[in-house]
Amino acid sequence: MTLRRWLVLVAVTLTASVGDTFLAVGMRQVGPISLHHPLSLIAALKVPWVVAGILLLIGFFASYLTALSWADLTFVLPATSLGYVIVALLAKFWLHEYISPWRWSGIAFIALAVSFIARGPSLTQHDPRSDTVVS
Amino acid sequence: MHAASQLATWSMILAIVFTATAGDVLTAGAMRRIGDLDEIRARSGFIGAVKAVTGNALFLTGVLFMAISFFSLLFALSRLDVSLVAPASASLTFVSNALAAKFFLRENVDRRRWFVAILVCCGVALLAR
Repeated sequence: MTLRRWLVLVAVTLTASVGDTFLAVGMRQVGPISLHHPLSLIAALKVPWVVAGILLLIGFFASYLTALSWADLTFVLPATSLGYVIVALLAKFWLHEYISPWRWSGIAFIALAVSFIARGPSLTQHDPRSDTVVS
Repeated sequence: MHAASQLATWSMILAIVFTATAGDVLTAGAMRRIGDLDEIRARSGFIGAVKAVTGNALFLTGVLFMAISFFSLLFALSRLDVSLVAPASASLTFVSNALAAKFFLRENVDRRRWFVAILVCCGVALLAR
């Protein structure tokens, strides 16, 4: 894995988590949306936080697809799961939400998982002649 | 909770998990067939890379399943607690993705990757408590 590819994985992680948080901040400003009036969601597009959140999530999808073009799905998903931790930390320090000890232990589990996956290979090599996995 | 409502609850969660896994695996399979996007962008430019991705039927099917999964999530959230639906669907999807990647994408899901999938699954479930 090159530094550039690790930076793509960091982009996947950050754009997803910060994008979700921006959407949460924006939707708090919009207020509750009734299921009977779904078109009122269009009003949310006037809120800069929502627009910024959507742009970040488009960036997430582009970087996620780029990562999947050179790494296994079972590598990319855990490697970018640190996003759950970033969302929890942004929720605590920016949105002032309470993080229970259970949540802190969840954060520890995910951080441990990311450290394990980072030590393994990113892509399964197949033998083109027999189409078997090369270990 | 009654047995019937338990069945309905877990049917909704499993529908989200199934469609999310199908979306992830189809998209990943499409990207594997398309090849390294960095190389395609260097060869054909940004527009060429966008065309290579959006012109792939497997990718479009994957996006369709992702959209179905999103609406299944919205449907479930309108009837069930978010504290159950979000962690249950997210954590189960990690395990189902590992299984599907092994059998459909023929990825080498070794002990390390199983362990990591289960660790993330437990971590996501704990985050929701």
